[in-house]
Amino acid sequence: MAVARYIKDEKDRITDVILESGIHVKPLYTPEDLNRTGFDYEKDLADPGQYPYTRGIHPLGYRSRAWTTRQYTGFGSPEETNERFKLMISHGQTGLNVAFDLPTQMGYDSDNSMSEGEVGRVGMAVDTLRDFEIAFKDIKLDKIGAGLTINAVASIMLAMYQATGEKYGYEPSVISATPQNDILKEMVGRGAWIFPVEPAVKLIGDTIEYAMTVMPHTNPVSVCGYHIRESGATPAQEIAYAIMIANVYIDNVLARGYDIDAFVGRFSFNLNVFGDMWEQIAKFRAARKLWARNLKEKYNVKNPQNLFLRGLFGGGGYGLTKAQPENNIMRGAYYALVAALSGAQTTALCSYDEAYTIPTPHSALLSLRTLQLLMDEMGLRDTVDPLAGSYFIETLTKEMEQKIEEEMEKIEKNGGMIKAVSNGYIQRLVARQAYEVEKGLETGELLKVGVNIYKEGELQEVELHEYNCESAEKQIEDLKTVKRQRSQSDVARTLKELETATKEGKNVMPCLVECCKAYATVGEMTDIFRQEFGEFQEPALF
Amino acid sequence: MDEKRIKILIAKPGLDGHDRGAKVISYALKEAGMEVIYSGLHKSIGQIVRIAIQEDVDIIGLSIMTGAHIPIVEKMMKKMQKEDVLDKAVFVGGVIPAKDILKLRDLGVAGVFPGGTPLSETIEFIKTYMKKA
Repeated sequence: MAVARYIKDEKDRITDVILESGIHVKPLYTPEDLNRTGFDYEKDLADPGQYPYTRGIHPLGYRSRAWTTRQYTGFGSPEETNERFKLMISHGQTGLNVAFDLPTQMGYDSDNSMSEGEVGRVGMAVDTLRDFEIAFKDIKLDKIGAGLTINAVASIMLAMYQATGEKYGYEPSVISATPQNDILKEMVGRGAWIFPVEPAVKLIGDTIEYAMTVMPHTNPVSVCGYHIRESGATPAQEIAYAIMIANVYIDNVLARGYDIDAFVGRFSFNLNVFGDMWEQIAKFRAARKLWARNLKEKYNVKNPQNLFLRGLFGGGGYGLTKAQPENNIMRGAYYALVAALSGAQTTALCSYDEAYTIPTPHSALLSLRTLQLLMDEMGLRDTVDPLAGSYFIETLTKEMEQKIEEEMEKIEKNGGMIKAVSNGYIQRLVARQAYEVEKGLETGELLKVGVNIYKEGELQEVELHEYNCESAEKQIEDLKTVKRQRSQSDVARTLKELETATKEGKNVMPCLVECCKAYATVGEMTDIFRQEFGEFQEPALF
Repeated sequence: MDEKRIKILIAKPGLDGHDRGAKVISYALKEAGMEVIYSGLHKSIGQIVRIAIQEDVDIIGLSIMTGAHIPIVEKMMKKMQKEDVLDKAVFVGGVIPAKDILKLRDLGVAGVFPGGTPLSETIEFIKTYMKKA
């Protein structure tokens, strides 16, 4: 929520600006600053489409292709989700982004006692292949890609997506899924983890290895600095941790004997847009450069296209406020502008009512229109990387690069990413920072419109998406029907094969696809993993 | 100060993992001099009540972001009645629409702190409540 800290003198003139990542902003930037930071056009920027890709990964930016809009959608029953998908597509949305309910994210079936009150609440409920068949009915899976926002059981959902595609006549090689599939960030923030670090990372390795050969258009991992930032990380930490987390997944696949160029080009990132706008823009530019350099220098990646940081830059959830909720529409427009000025390939916005509830069709559509306005009315497609060459932006990009590297070094010194997540070092650091931000808002050191300045008396209520109990009950009934009608021997056999593969440490993906096709439930598949892997032990907060 | 130190359990019931708020309030209450126990994620109502009894806390603070606050609190109150620990106060924070605040109060919740409530307000409320209790 916070932006920068502003130090003022007695006449209310700003004497210093300290960005969240710790960079001091000067009142004026001149060519001197570029000299001071050792700025070199070829080395630091190069033309768009040229290493190190600071200016963007495509030579012509949005001239060759506007960004993909991918609003996060899905709630209640698969039927309702399918309806909403079609609505958004009919309004010109170019990608899908599936929200799952919590039981699905945590590997529980809708009829599990742990699922009570949560079935279909924050996303779509998925128990068996039947639910995916309904959700993706009449959607051209060879034309439109689907983000699957799920992590602990992303392997199961990817298998389910393949099985759905095949059911509707699409070969796995033509469909494109982007499962989020980033478990380490779930352990830092957001919290939808199930299994301990090691097997959880192994499952991600399985999906990457599998997608490489069977689903080459799929992006098996979307590394989410996003949620780490939502949990309290600074923009520099967001990028530092995202790159280090991606490296953990890379190392897992390399240990299986693959060449890095065979898979790393399908990695993508999900990064956040709230905060001081200059700091965010510098962050995205520095991130592209550091990711490319990391791959080239540390991993010796050969193919230039595999050095691209491709990503969804968007969301901005923590920046939104419950107070004066309609202000979030304006915030969203500015966040989208930041994403566009930073060269996002894909984008999505949190809707203005999202601080309260699941977005209504009206608010989701407003978000989509905000994104479309930028591309079609405001001139964001005119030229690539329009801010390049600004003394301020280029200096800040160099300084961000340095800050991100410092944050990476801190984690290395503490034993690396896996250790820092397992022992809670990062979680405590990030939670402490979140607390400091809240304190800053209370003392007024940090400013937030409607929260601690320009306040209005009563909280304004917005239209709410109501939880549909009947839809949850129907989901449970439908699950019962599927369980009655499926071939019990196929279910038993495929689950047994999954168990054996899991025990033997084999890639579980082929078995998961077979389980899905036999209409085994998400809970049944997850239980096999739970039994074999155990559960993640959350490190203590204090 | 001869006042007894307030002991509070901050708990995350159910499957939701968004714990920024729970952690922030934990730090704030700790800094305000209270003894804070944080449950960690994915706790069932049974587990939360058990921790509350074992640790002998005065207050249970539930952090709920999913919209499931009504069914969770109903379950919580039933369990507390069964275990005969209704003397412990229950507070709820998170994504709580204004129209549900009264409903939660009717269910026996002592204080509701929707997202955006200043930390100082929450701390003061708890201190005042405990003085009266």
